[in-house]
Amino acid sequence: MDIHDIRAMFSVIMFAMFIGIVAWAWSNKRRGAFSEAANLPLNEPEHPRVDTYKETQP
Amino acid sequence: MENQNTYNYKVVRQFAVMTVVWGIVGMLVGVIIAAQLVWPALNFDVPWLTYSRLRPLHTNAVIFAFGGSALFATSYYAVQRTCQVRLFSDKLAAFTFWGWTVVILLAAITLPLGLTSGKEYAELEWPIDLLIAVVWVSYAVVFFGTILKRKVKHIYVANWFFGAFILTVAVLHIVNSAALPVSLFKSYSVYPGTIDAMVQWWYGHNAVGFFLTAGFLGIMYYFIPKQVGRPIYSYRLSVVHFWALISTYMWAGPHHLQFTALPDWTQSLGMVFSLVLLAPSWGGMINGIMTLSGAWHKLRSDPILKFLIVSLSFYGMSTFEGPMMSIKTVNALSHYTDWTIGHVHSGALGWVGLVSIGAIYFLIPKVFNREAMYSTKLIETHFWVATIGIVLYIVAMWIAGVMQGLMWRAVNDDGTLTYSFVESLQATYPYYVVRLLGGLLYLSGMFIMAYNVWKTIAGSKPADARIPQTA
Repeated sequence: MDIHDIRAMFSVIMFAMFIGIVAWAWSNKRRGAFSEAANLPLNEPEHPRVDTYKETQP
Repeated sequence: MENQNTYNYKVVRQFAVMTVVWGIVGMLVGVIIAAQLVWPALNFDVPWLTYSRLRPLHTNAVIFAFGGSALFATSYYAVQRTCQVRLFSDKLAAFTFWGWTVVILLAAITLPLGLTSGKEYAELEWPIDLLIAVVWVSYAVVFFGTILKRKVKHIYVANWFFGAFILTVAVLHIVNSAALPVSLFKSYSVYPGTIDAMVQWWYGHNAVGFFLTAGFLGIMYYFIPKQVGRPIYSYRLSVVHFWALISTYMWAGPHHLQFTALPDWTQSLGMVFSLVLLAPSWGGMINGIMTLSGAWHKLRSDPILKFLIVSLSFYGMSTFEGPMMSIKTVNALSHYTDWTIGHVHSGALGWVGLVSIGAIYFLIPKVFNREAMYSTKLIETHFWVATIGIVLYIVAMWIAGVMQGLMWRAVNDDGTLTYSFVESLQATYPYYVVRLLGGLLYLSGMFIMAYNVWKTIAGSKPADARIPQTA
């Protein structure tokens, strides 16, 4: 096995990895987790202003 | 520690304000050198003010000072809020701010003095390079430390992009800056000849791919959903285009060295990977723009959203143009002409500039404890002034570049050149005037922004927001 075989194998491995990532991303198993993650920036409460911040202090 | 209940907004405020300041400085230097191309006497025969010394100052200031500050500000803000924890270390975060500021000031002194290692976008001499490496590793520690102590399960996709940007820039900077110092102000690259050129453009193109693309895609993935108020169009697409983008960019560097001493197969490899890059680039653009799907009307009334979405259309344009220019036959026409300058600025002013400005307009009222920016109308004005400036700039450079390429390659029947170089320069003159005008408009937009930001933060009582307890 010379360097060219290794290069060819590398291309094939990279391509298989890409197919793998696509299959993983579109699998039904990931649907819930992805939707949770996608909502991360939106689920945070809005910015409390200074006055409201003080009110919430015990 | 009592402040573990709040987010660290101090460092975000510092970087957000400095984004505007460095934006004005860097773009002002850009306008000065654009004016020097129209009126060469404007260097006043002072060595420190010559085009050759101010040009690297311009590129370093806009990329690393303006763009860098925008990335620090937005990544520190987004990583805290999507991980729902305070930054890993306040002290180290403060060090990244002051360290980065010292780097920028040193660049502003050494570059006009003519102290340079001669590598494009990596001109700074070795002592400054060492400081950059220390600051950057601290940045990585703060960022990844924050991710490690996160209170939520998932690592939001914006943080993947920010993380890839931070990690890769560290590797790029350290490898490309490897040099043998001969004195405090002079060093030589450890790489010989053609290898040095290849390492330089492996660095150079990945500076585009990771500093100017992955980092700003991180901004896009956090700030567009926030401003639109809906989640990203397709989270799956974001995962696939993330991995495709970062694994493809690494190989595209040789397209900067078409028809040089670089081995021919390497040039072709660079071209092929550049063509492949179109797919993941457009994946990101489509994902961002389609987030607006069903809420297009918001674009009409919200100038911050205009900045964010129009930046994506410039991103789409320049990532179509780039692969096209990497094709050897096209490159034979475009290389060394002003077309390249037009391409870079459609990406820099259009994509990087507009998305940063939009994100900073979003950020400033939040971290300075205000309801909104002082004037929405001025944001709208800024948007139009900037957009018209970009269009003037890039159209002038497109025409100038294609014209130069055609003039340089034109030959008479007897094989002699049809035009001398100076004839092509003379023909370019009017386009340099239009470019100067475009640059001036873009710079005036930044002054409008500075006024708006000043009015927003003057008299404000900034406070660190509390971290939600039900994480």
